Amino acid sequence: MIDKRVASLNQAVAGIGDGATILINGFGESGCPTELVHALIDQGAKGLTVVSNNAGDGPIGLAALIRAGRVGKMICSFPRTQYGDAFRELYARGEIELEIVAQGTLTERIRAAGAGIGAFYTPTTAGTPLAEGKETRNLGGRDQVLEYPLAADFALVKAERADRWGNLVYNKSARNFGPSMCMAAATTIVQARKIVELGAIEPEHVVTPGIFVDRVVEVPNPISEREAIQKEAVGS
Amino acid sequence: MSPRLSRRQIAWRVAQDIADGAYVNLGIGMPEMVSDHLPEDREVIFHSENGILGMGPAPAPGHEDYDIINAGKKPVTLLPGGAYFHHTDSFAMIRGGHIDICVLGAFQVSATGDLANWSTGAPGAVPAVGGAMDLAVGAKRVLVMSLHTTRDGAPKLVERCTYPLTGLGVVSAIYTDLAVIDVTDEGLVVRELIGGMEFDELRGLTGAPLGLANDWRPLTAPDLG
Repeated sequence: MIDKRVASLNQAVAGIGDGATILINGFGESGCPTELVHALIDQGAKGLTVVSNNAGDGPIGLAALIRAGRVGKMICSFPRTQYGDAFRELYARGEIELEIVAQGTLTERIRAAGAGIGAFYTPTTAGTPLAEGKETRNLGGRDQVLEYPLAADFALVKAERADRWGNLVYNKSARNFGPSMCMAAATTIVQARKIVELGAIEPEHVVTPGIFVDRVVEVPNPISEREAIQKEAVGS
Repeated sequence: MSPRLSRRQIAWRVAQDIADGAYVNLGIGMPEMVSDHLPEDREVIFHSENGILGMGPAPAPGHEDYDIINAGKKPVTLLPGGAYFHHTDSFAMIRGGHIDICVLGAFQVSATGDLANWSTGAPGAVPAVGGAMDLAVGAKRVLVMSLHTTRDGAPKLVERCTYPLTGLGVVSAIYTDLAVIDVTDEGLVVRELIGGMEFDELRGLTGAPLGLANDWRPLTAPDLG
């Protein structure tokens, strides 16, 4: 029997070792698996390379992982956020490495890793500082930049519903990097608001097929980063 | 001093050039205002890089859903017929040439349509690019919406960009508080000039050579308060 469900967040993040590369879903807090990130903080792995669109905002989630000093390197498109002090401070002190990747290139590199593509050329960044040191070829009449896949040891993703085979549906634009990240990690860990019976997700509606998912944990009422920021503002 | 368009009036002017049926992506900041000023006879589908087509206006207070947000991470709504999709598909739409028009802000635009809008290169600043470079190379037409000069009066239209580039030769047209300017093979050509301003005065506020279209018109916009 295939059963990817795990009973606790601690079990969900078991085995993440020091130095691991981890994909973390989210466009801002939308789609960010905040409970899994906090389980990772409790679990203790350090020296992590984190791939995520942003670099955390406010007091919880990815910002808390960064503030705890667990992240050695961020690979992202937009690390600047209104309450992104955690990243800003570590970056200013030279305590965290940053690789800036254009957003479309970031998601395509992740997809390429999941799809077994060895490398690809993209017109994005051609002639800009982000193409420096990268091979550029003129293909189809335009300059294109060689980019490599971005594979990871683990992916942490938030979904709306999952079943025990790992089939997923997402909530609105919280889907963002989830489908590509699920493909690209050796071990994909998903927190879902609800775990349903096999067959309860209409087959035509499955967004991420379970083959790309390894562990599923139910988190019925995920915490809101925005509310945590508001609470902190009220408290201070 | 010559009159200048307000930011809202620039947004209105850009909106008049968006054709019925267009798929449009609006950049963060000033370009977000463009959707408020579309003529009523146009059906336009707005795309958001985080996986939305058919994006609607901001929700009524109290109805915000932070799983439906725009590129600036502000709550929006989904119109009937709208769709959600994942990031890789979203950027396939952008990079693959499926977006008709993208409206972006700018620090600088060069005489050949190079765009600099992501970094001033200031030491110590946290660099952040987001989707700007994909939009710059991918949209069929990249429209820049910007004040004509910086706060200090320095030209934003320049011979060559001094800030780090977002894209090379990507801008189709520039909409400022003083003029509407096309980027052509012959350089920057003024299509509309604000009423009361002499062409030479505009030249003095511009750091790149300017031509004047034979059929140029005065730049006007309604009083939007």
